[in-house]
Amino acid sequence: MDNLRNLYQAVIMDHYHNPHNKGLKGYPKMHLKNPACGDDITIEAEVQDGVIKHINHQGNGCSICCASASMLCLLMEGKSVSFAKKEISKFYDLVQGKDGDYDSLGDANSLAGVAKFPARIRCATISWKALEMVLEGDVDEEKEI
Amino acid sequence: MLDVKRIRKDFPIYQNNKDMAYLDNAATVLKPKIVLDKMNEYYTNFGVNIHRGVYKLSYLATQAYEKGRSKVASFINASFEEIVYFKNASEALNFVALTWGEANLQEGDEIITSELEHHSSVLPWQQLALRKKAVLRYLKLDESGRITVEALKEIINEKTKVVALTLVSNVFGYITPIEALIKEIRKYNCLVVVDAAQGIAHLPIDVKKMDCDFLAFSSHKALGPTGLGVLYGKKDILKGIKPLFYGGDMIDNVELYDSTYREMPYRFEVGTPAIAEVIGLGYALDYLKDIGLDNIKKHEQELTCYALEKMKDLKHIIIYNHNPDLGIIAFNLDGVHPHDVATFLDTDNVYVRAGHHCAQLIAKKLEIVASLRASFFIYNDKEDIDKLIRALKKAISFFYQGE
Ligand SMILES: Cc1ncc(COP(=O)(O)O)c(C=O)c1O
Repeated sequence: MDNLRNLYQAVIMDHYHNPHNKGLKGYPKMHLKNPACGDDITIEAEVQDGVIKHINHQGNGCSICCASASMLCLLMEGKSVSFAKKEISKFYDLVQGKDGDYDSLGDANSLAGVAKFPARIRCATISWKALEMVLEGDVDEEKEI
Repeated sequence: MLDVKRIRKDFPIYQNNKDMAYLDNAATVLKPKIVLDKMNEYYTNFGVNIHRGVYKLSYLATQAYEKGRSKVASFINASFEEIVYFKNASEALNFVALTWGEANLQEGDEIITSELEHHSSVLPWQQLALRKKAVLRYLKLDESGRITVEALKEIINEKTKVVALTLVSNVFGYITPIEALIKEIRKYNCLVVVDAAQGIAHLPIDVKKMDCDFLAFSSHKALGPTGLGVLYGKKDILKGIKPLFYGGDMIDNVELYDSTYREMPYRFEVGTPAIAEVIGLGYALDYLKDIGLDNIKKHEQELTCYALEKMKDLKHIIIYNHNPDLGIIAFNLDGVHPHDVATFLDTDNVYVRAGHHCAQLIAKKLEIVASLRASFFIYNDKEDIDKLIRALKKAISFFYQGE
């Protein structure tokens, strides 16, 4: 039960029920789907002068997947691309249970509990992968993850 | 009820997972020790290739392998040459579309199937229809999601060339009234392909009585090993089919520019087969027969009644099949994603499926992205269901806090 409480912290359920930056506005985007489970997330971002001016998400999935997308948007809006890339790779470490200092991840730090549920890591990372691809210029496509 | 305590002793996985409630039997079932032992015995004592060597060990291997085929044939009342091996049910079903379908279907011909199908039962025909400009038609499921004779009568006609249906729904546990359907289908000149993946270990199957043309299932859903599928094909129909794969083992006489191939079923099986798996499946079917298919069905039905009775008292639960014929219950907690629920159950070692169960068409019809599915088999008891209910209650009190 402790692992569960850790996984489903209040902050996560809060992002799930009241997501930030939900709804697409037409910026460059990447749509990722996990056909095995039905998680389906689109992340869009507008980058100007190396800064993420706007970032939004849209999609369907479990609470972990949706909350993670909301946390990602909250964290990245207004931040530089280089910050974003660094934090994305930190986030991957976090959900794999690697030691480190993750305070800079903000609310997303609360997803550390996923590490105890390996089957759910992909739920947490799908939106982060999508942003990573958008920042690489891999946009307007639909891909499987 | 079956003697579950005794049965579990035959399944070594329970020794290593003492308090698990394995309720994902529609995905695959656990394996009894006899199957593992017999596969091991092959590798340990006479693990050589078949149909080739003239030495003693090869003879032993060939005999054990062919005995496996006889057991499969007798299990479904077919004859030896009507049993063809593939990798799984999916591949077997594809084979029918790629051979018989490719050779016989023409533009404008009609194929009937249902929205209840597993992807492997419908996609081979969907894609063939696209290639041939044939028409794929879905019979109308009744309000509870069942395939009925009336619905078939509504759409079958002189242009119908294939009817491809599942014997048991892997989402709802409904048994298709296949014999009554086939009686109706026989008024027309068309092929009947039955996907028995979900039926093989749960109800008695007699292909002669059923009068289907093809019937496919996977070994792994019948207590056998993975990597092996069976296709039954009526002798006269198999005779008219050309091989799909060419190479070792399936040939008779090889010349530079043409060759002849062996009798059925061998002409359809290229290369070294899954020898240990075929041997294992034979013993798996023996095990099922010993318990008795009718007893298995009854056991599942009792567990299902018990589970439904308990589940209906849970708050926020949505059940999608109130009257399953076999041990499958599809459900959700209202407003909670099934993966979140499944993780709660997982923590208590209650293993259920969460997803679309390879049947997206029915999920789309129900307008749900995914659902939970609990499915029962011979080693499940009421205690497993109590565990499921307890874990569900935990999830409910967590996800609906403050209510
Ligand atoms: C009804 C049905 N048909 C076909 C299949 C496919 O079986 P396999 O994956 O072994 O090929 C399954 C298995 O999930 C099934 O439940």
